[in-house]
Amino acid sequence: MSIDRREFIRIAGLTTFFGLGGKAAFELLTPGQLEAKMAQEAPKGTRWAMVVDMTKLDADTAKKCVAACHRIHNVPDLNNPVNPKEKVDPEDKVRWEIKWIWADHFHNAFPGFEQPYQQKLDHLPFLLLCNHCENPPCVRVCPTKATFRREDGIVMMDMHRCIGCRYCMAGCPFGARSFNWQDPRPFVKEVFPDYPTREKGVVEKCTFCVERVEKGLMPACVLESKGALLFGDLNSPKSNVRQVLQQSYSIRRKPHLGTNPQVYYIV
Amino acid sequence: MLENAFTGSKRYYLLLAVLGGMIAVGFVVYLYQLSFGLGITGLGRDVSWGFYIAQLTYLVGVAASGVMVVLPYYLHNYKAFGRITILGEFLAVAAVTMCLLFVIVDLGRPDRMLNIIKYPTPNSVLFWDMIVLNTYLILNIVIGWVVLESERNQVAPPKWVKPLIYLSIPWAPSIHTVTAFLYSGLPGRGYWLTAVMAPRFLSSAFAAGPSILILLALLVRKFTKFDPGKEQIQTLAKIVTYAILINVFFFFCEVFTVFYSQIPDHMLHFKYLFVGLDGKGQLVPIMWFSIVGMTITALLLVRPENRANEKTLAILCGMVVLTTYLDKGLGLMTGGFVPNPLERVVEYWPTIPEALITMGVYGIGLLILTVLYKVAVSVKEEIKS
Repeated sequence: MSIDRREFIRIAGLTTFFGLGGKAAFELLTPGQLEAKMAQEAPKGTRWAMVVDMTKLDADTAKKCVAACHRIHNVPDLNNPVNPKEKVDPEDKVRWEIKWIWADHFHNAFPGFEQPYQQKLDHLPFLLLCNHCENPPCVRVCPTKATFRREDGIVMMDMHRCIGCRYCMAGCPFGARSFNWQDPRPFVKEVFPDYPTREKGVVEKCTFCVERVEKGLMPACVLESKGALLFGDLNSPKSNVRQVLQQSYSIRRKPHLGTNPQVYYIV
Repeated sequence: MLENAFTGSKRYYLLLAVLGGMIAVGFVVYLYQLSFGLGITGLGRDVSWGFYIAQLTYLVGVAASGVMVVLPYYLHNYKAFGRITILGEFLAVAAVTMCLLFVIVDLGRPDRMLNIIKYPTPNSVLFWDMIVLNTYLILNIVIGWVVLESERNQVAPPKWVKPLIYLSIPWAPSIHTVTAFLYSGLPGRGYWLTAVMAPRFLSSAFAAGPSILILLALLVRKFTKFDPGKEQIQTLAKIVTYAILINVFFFFCEVFTVFYSQIPDHMLHFKYLFVGLDGKGQLVPIMWFSIVGMTITALLLVRPENRANEKTLAILCGMVVLTTYLDKGLGLMTGGFVPNPLERVVEYWPTIPEALITMGVYGIGLLILTVLYKVAVSVKEEIKS
């Protein structure tokens, strides 16, 4: 079968038309999805992620990780006010506590995953923090873009733009966000000069230590973890996190909700 | 027309003074909240929305229900409602104003409120809620005022207001749908994650709103020379009956899905509300009162004699308002947050300062309602004489 010039141009034209139309339709109906698919084949840039190896983490180390994080981010300690008279009563403390990272039981960290014959697991100090989800509901619901996702996957807060509506707290399925129900400064005994303190009325959370990562340093909790916490670029096949995840089975919190958390737990 | 707001009986001024007092108290406590922070409320990291947002939710429904008098009049030419559309519209104005104020008092940084407009974010339902509520407010002020003014001048309303009226009809359910979407689209909150949320909101709104309207109509008849009319009240009562029956039906649809499927993420919230969880259950009696009371009220409303007698009707309407308020106000908000995403039970109860600020906002809403109703009723009395 031969094709004359005219026919060839007609087919070529149609193909181009549908080809372009197809792409345009994809763009219109599922913006970014096509790019995302292409990106999956050849990842570009960095995608930060964390691996928590529970086989290596003990309660003492977990405590140190929390303390290190909270110290360098001026997270208020309600038990330890600058003026000892301003102590917060325990009931208010439960409600007002600011937590960027904390240790919790398995059944609280992974509700629905627990089974009665794994009691050992429940006594491990599961370190919980913002999951820096690939598809973060907090970012979706924020009415001012005060919380947003960076290209490298870190979910950030602009505490100067936040209006304190707390929609992100309702949206987060991991309880990773804290609100300043009062002025936090009277509860920061030693102000760490390299990080701003906050005002009352705004939401805050873990930032994967973006300020350190940008300088090429590891997050504070990772440094304190004696190797139990790993941090790295998931897009790089040679990174420590990629290799560990390749070798060991890991779980993530509430994966069925489709937020695609980027903190992995080896149990 | 507004001059009517400044002349009135002693009782009118007394009412204004009482409302002024409520507002003043609320305002002072709000200043305290501004200086201390939202810690003066019972809220916390686990239950991060409470009494304020509950009022917002309930009152959006009251506002939306204005359409229940507007729609029959303008779309079905049901003449009887022509007399009372203004009452529905002005009730909507007062209710939406309160909604907006409740959002503001709930903000941690109200000074940055305009960031919602400065950085418009269409993927946030709150952004859309802001748009639909403000538009609905403006629509109702303009429509109500213009139609009332033409009524006073005994001329037909200007042509340009008709399209606005037609727009306001679908707009009413939209405000409550968007408000339901605030909750029903969140992945981690099993109590809210239900497609029947928006329909349930609408059914309870169309029961509660017209109930409030009936009660207001009875008050207007008692204290002024304007009678909103017997037929009008009876038709509203039928609307209330259908809506509350549908609302009860939706509730049991929800209960079936949750408990037959046995999915813990969804069941735990109902268990907390109706039997308690981890030994905590301060809302249990309130929830049972709400749902049992609502069901009985709905059944009693079915009997025509109970509706025809305005005394029993008033009691039943009061029950509709109360039971839907408990279900949608306290129950919906706290139930959604308890247990928290880590399946811990941290309970919530509003504090006194929180209640006083809430009272202040209600004071503002009732003041607006009183003044607007005074204007409307004066015009109606004027036409009659």
